Amino acid sequence: MSDRVSVAKTYKLYIGGAFPRSESGRSYPVTDSKGGFLANAAQGSRKDARDAVAAARKAFPGWSGATAYNRGQVLYRVAEVLEGRREQFITEVAASEGVPVKKAQSLVDAAIDRWVWYAGWTDKIAAVLGSSNPVAGPYFSFSTPEPTGVVAVLAPQQSSLLGLVSVIAPVIASGNTCVVITSQDRPLPAITLSEVLATSDVPGGVVNIITGRTAEIAPWLASHGDVNALDLTGAPESLRADLERSAAGTVKRVLRDKAGEDFTVTPDMSRLRAYLETKTVWHPMGV
Amino acid sequence: MAAPTTLPSALADAVRDESSLRRFLHGLPGVDQVGVEQRAAGLGTRSIKKASKLHAIDLAISMVDLTTLEGADTHGKVRSLAAKAKRPDPERPDVPRVAAVCVYPDMVKTAADELKGTGINVASVATAFPSGRSTMDIKLADTRFAVEQGASEVDMVIDRGAFLSGRYGQVFEEIVKIKEACGDAHLKVILETGELVTYDNVRRASWLALLAGGDFIKTSTGKVQPAATLPVTHVMLQAVRDWKNQTGELRGVKPAGGIRSTKDAIKYLVAVHEVAGPEWLDPHLFRFGASTLLNDLLMQRRTQLDGHYSGPDYVTVD
Repeated sequence: MSDRVSVAKTYKLYIGGAFPRSESGRSYPVTDSKGGFLANAAQGSRKDARDAVAAARKAFPGWSGATAYNRGQVLYRVAEVLEGRREQFITEVAASEGVPVKKAQSLVDAAIDRWVWYAGWTDKIAAVLGSSNPVAGPYFSFSTPEPTGVVAVLAPQQSSLLGLVSVIAPVIASGNTCVVITSQDRPLPAITLSEVLATSDVPGGVVNIITGRTAEIAPWLASHGDVNALDLTGAPESLRADLERSAAGTVKRVLRDKAGEDFTVTPDMSRLRAYLETKTVWHPMGV
Repeated sequence: MAAPTTLPSALADAVRDESSLRRFLHGLPGVDQVGVEQRAAGLGTRSIKKASKLHAIDLAISMVDLTTLEGADTHGKVRSLAAKAKRPDPERPDVPRVAAVCVYPDMVKTAADELKGTGINVASVATAFPSGRSTMDIKLADTRFAVEQGASEVDMVIDRGAFLSGRYGQVFEEIVKIKEACGDAHLKVILETGELVTYDNVRRASWLALLAGGDFIKTSTGKVQPAATLPVTHVMLQAVRDWKNQTGELRGVKPAGGIRSTKDAIKYLVAVHEVAGPEWLDPHLFRFGASTLLNDLLMQRRTQLDGHYSGPDYVTVD
């Protein structure tokens, strides 16, 4: 009996709930930490980013308009599907990050727990960050947090799954939609996450995942007129100043992460808060 | 039957009576469906970049018939549309004006008052748009009303029921009479190709409209799916080209409905250039009937000039 030939995969992008090839037709080999071949990933271009932003914008009214409870249920369902793919994630994280299987297990578990943690926040954000304001006049004044819009996320380069989940979940928990540029050299867990999102109840376009060269695509997202916020977590050091500058050109919110953020620690609300706008309404009383 | 203009003898024969009209229309060569679709798709892949793209965008903007044909139209909406027609991108005065504003007859006066002296035409749909199901008297009254109110272009619909049951003479007479009622106003004849079923019918209807004196042939009302498609526009462009070859007259084409992106618009312009000829790349001979297309053209124009992608927040809402 001959040995079975393994099936080498060539993955695609995840845009608007579909898995298109890169418009550029390019792909690049993904290797494990020791340089062994793992799979081919699509090498996204600026036009893929443009399409992804259009998809995210299209998905925004539906997702931000869904009730917080409904968003929570959808995110819990994602956690369930993540759990079902646990073994696959462990293999991919171990290969991508070069960590022992035991360590990979704990990273994957932490990632699933992180997703559940943010899922629990969806219907609590308004209660915690909103307020009814005491004002000196016959008005009822109250403030509510509202999602910023389309967020471009540069995912962490090192932490391929836990870091990725820690940057995506807070964006969509509060009703934003996002375009994610994955870790350049460790994209496989992100690709599997896109398969998880596609087979759970998250509407297409809420999360769009692009693999490729961060330095190539990020400037186009930073200057894009229809992107409302930019997360610089995975941005190359040399590009940060330029990205911030072009983000300022269209008045984006920019999240500069704390240097060397440790994703294994349970986070605070700062990432949730970063993509919310406060709307304050003054309503006359006694009318 | 009365021929509207002096035609070459072959065409004058065709409009002598109903049976010769039928003979002429059925004698037109059939359309090669696979061929025309392949040709349309092939031309659609042509890459237009940089300076030529910018030129194409400006040309497309100047060809837009900015349209609002909703039951919910108000005078206020028509006024804001007219303002947009005059200055499509208020921050950039170098953006060309659109060709015309297209509205229902009762809104024509509002649009005409707003657009007086700007050179932008007011187009009005008429003849029981979009179905065309009414008596001749009502269709004529509809047309006269639109022209009285100040419309310089009239978009009429043909009676598709009559056309499909082979009563070509009736359709012909209708177009001739509406053309008379238009006076100086230009007449665009809407074929509603989505209801004509075959390309052969599109070719026959195009020739019928040209013979009867339509200044423009227009694909659709925008109320029926499918609306304008590239292959259908190809067939119509071939008709106006052949019309020019036989009579020396230039007639226009207007695809309408379903053209939403700059990419689509440029594909149409390529088709115009390749099928009809460069002289048709002119707002007097080619128009886009559209409402959402203009905003995409403006966003693409900004993208070309600014070097980064623009978004809907930077253009006016309709």
